[in-house]
Amino acid sequence: MRQDLAIIANWVKPSAHVLDLACGDGTLLLHLETQKQVKGYGLEIDPEKITTCISRGVDVIEQDLNRGLKNFADDSYDTVIMTQALQVLRRQDLALDEMLRVGREAIVTFPNFAHWRCRLFLAFRGRLPVSRTLPYQWYNTPNIHLITFKDFEALCADKGIKILDRAVGNLAYEDHWKARLWPNLFGEVAIYRISR
Amino acid sequence: MTSTTASGADFPADSVGLVTPQTLQFDQSLALECGSQLNRWQLMVETYGELNADASNAVLICHALSGHHHAAGYHSPEDRKPGWWDNYIGPGKPIDTNRFYVVSLNNLGGCHGSTGPSSNNPETGQPYGPDFPVLTVADWVDSQALLADRLGIQQWAAVVGGSLGGMQVLEWSLRYPKRLRHAVIIASTSKLTAQNIAFNEVARQAIRTDPDFHGGRYQEHNTIPRYGLRLARMVGHITYLSEHSMGEKFGRDLRKDQLNYGYDVDFEVESYLRYQGDTFSESFDANTYLLMTKALDYFDPAADYQGNLPQALAKAECRFLVVSFTTDWRFSPRRSEELVDALTAAQKRVSYARIKSQHGHDAFLIPDERYQAVFSAYMQRAADELTPSEVK
Repeated sequence: MRQDLAIIANWVKPSAHVLDLACGDGTLLLHLETQKQVKGYGLEIDPEKITTCISRGVDVIEQDLNRGLKNFADDSYDTVIMTQALQVLRRQDLALDEMLRVGREAIVTFPNFAHWRCRLFLAFRGRLPVSRTLPYQWYNTPNIHLITFKDFEALCADKGIKILDRAVGNLAYEDHWKARLWPNLFGEVAIYRISR
Repeated sequence: MTSTTASGADFPADSVGLVTPQTLQFDQSLALECGSQLNRWQLMVETYGELNADASNAVLICHALSGHHHAAGYHSPEDRKPGWWDNYIGPGKPIDTNRFYVVSLNNLGGCHGSTGPSSNNPETGQPYGPDFPVLTVADWVDSQALLADRLGIQQWAAVVGGSLGGMQVLEWSLRYPKRLRHAVIIASTSKLTAQNIAFNEVARQAIRTDPDFHGGRYQEHNTIPRYGLRLARMVGHITYLSEHSMGEKFGRDLRKDQLNYGYDVDFEVESYLRYQGDTFSESFDANTYLLMTKALDYFDPAADYQGNLPQALAKAECRFLVVSFTTDWRFSPRRSEELVDALTAAQKRVSYARIKSQHGHDAFLIPDERYQAVFSAYMQRAADELTPSEVK
């Protein structure tokens, strides 16, 4: 089983009402539905992924996250989740505001731009890093706002957002003592659980 | 009760082939929302596919403003065109007749064989004409529920419809929540906007001010309000297409290579609209058109809940698929999204797809790769819920 799914499932209460932003092919929601009996919806804009969700019986709603979550009421969900999509949005600060307006808690995951490989890539090649978590060129990347763990935590501090949990690891979310000691240097990806 | 025959090598492989409509008589009285009632009435019905042993694979098709029972297949080998939704009903199509038993009817008040304004009133022996009661979407759903009883269908696997048909689907989910498992609502809305009612009123005025309308008693005068109906259809037709699709189809093409400097047809689009209007006025009943537009205008399930749609939806138990089309301005994606927002607020199970299409409101009838994929994925899921022993 994918390690990130297990970690997220651990952090979501049984039978919770969840909203999964950029839900992809519905893997996470399906997992949460079978493991934790959660109810809720995925939001997605990719036509093929929407069809896959529907054929798997995952409730999916076609919606562009850059237009916000205005159609969802305050505190209407227990948990709002966004995996590997924060970096593609236009305004992450507003996205976090919206997630914590609609949800009592939020869970976000994103790749770390300050991982040592990225740092070496830029330092020695003098070019923007291309890595396994960020496998694009600068001109075609959907990741328009790259994030480091430190930057994310600084933004949370500025906004008074509480970090309830953090899991840092490599792409498979395998824990490693180096990532525990120096997460911003050795962590490739992180999962944060946050609240107001 | 099956009306599909396996004959016809002339028909496409994914067609239900030759179909025969049938008339079902109902002698039970149907109480109508307007306070009146129908004591004896009939429905014109077509079915495709076979009902399984426990009658769990039935799908009801609800038609739109000018629709009827003939949704798929051919009435004769000479038919030039198949039924109005043949693109989406048939073996291997989204509404797969290999798995589902499909029921399609002409609604009450219609003019294709079901009891309507042009039928004879059993009390007087004369056509009802303007005396036919104004029906509502709820009345149609009640009559469809009696049809389900007659066919031995306790619960529909799915109720499906586009436009005005989608309104019937929504009404089904609220009026008989236990009698359907899936609701598929395409290019529709939970209530018409002022602009939409306005278009309907123009259509009605065109018909009612035609000198041949005779207060709706045109049959008694052996005439029909041809010009009114024609105009109504021309206006309607414009609203079913998009600016883009009209541009693509006609542009500013001229009928003859020069301008007339007169008021005859100059442009192809004029010729097309006149042709559409003419054909329609010869085949559709004016009183039925009036009645159908009123049913559209009146529909508003939130009205009894001070306009609170999520509250109105609370009693629904089925799962929903809502589909809209980007260039549809008569029933715009915004209207579908209002419904979806209300369904999520009411915590109902719903999926929503907004299909990119150039074809305006008519897109729900036209082949489209993504629309087909979404529709098929949803219906296959519904078919997979039937236990293997239930599937023929």
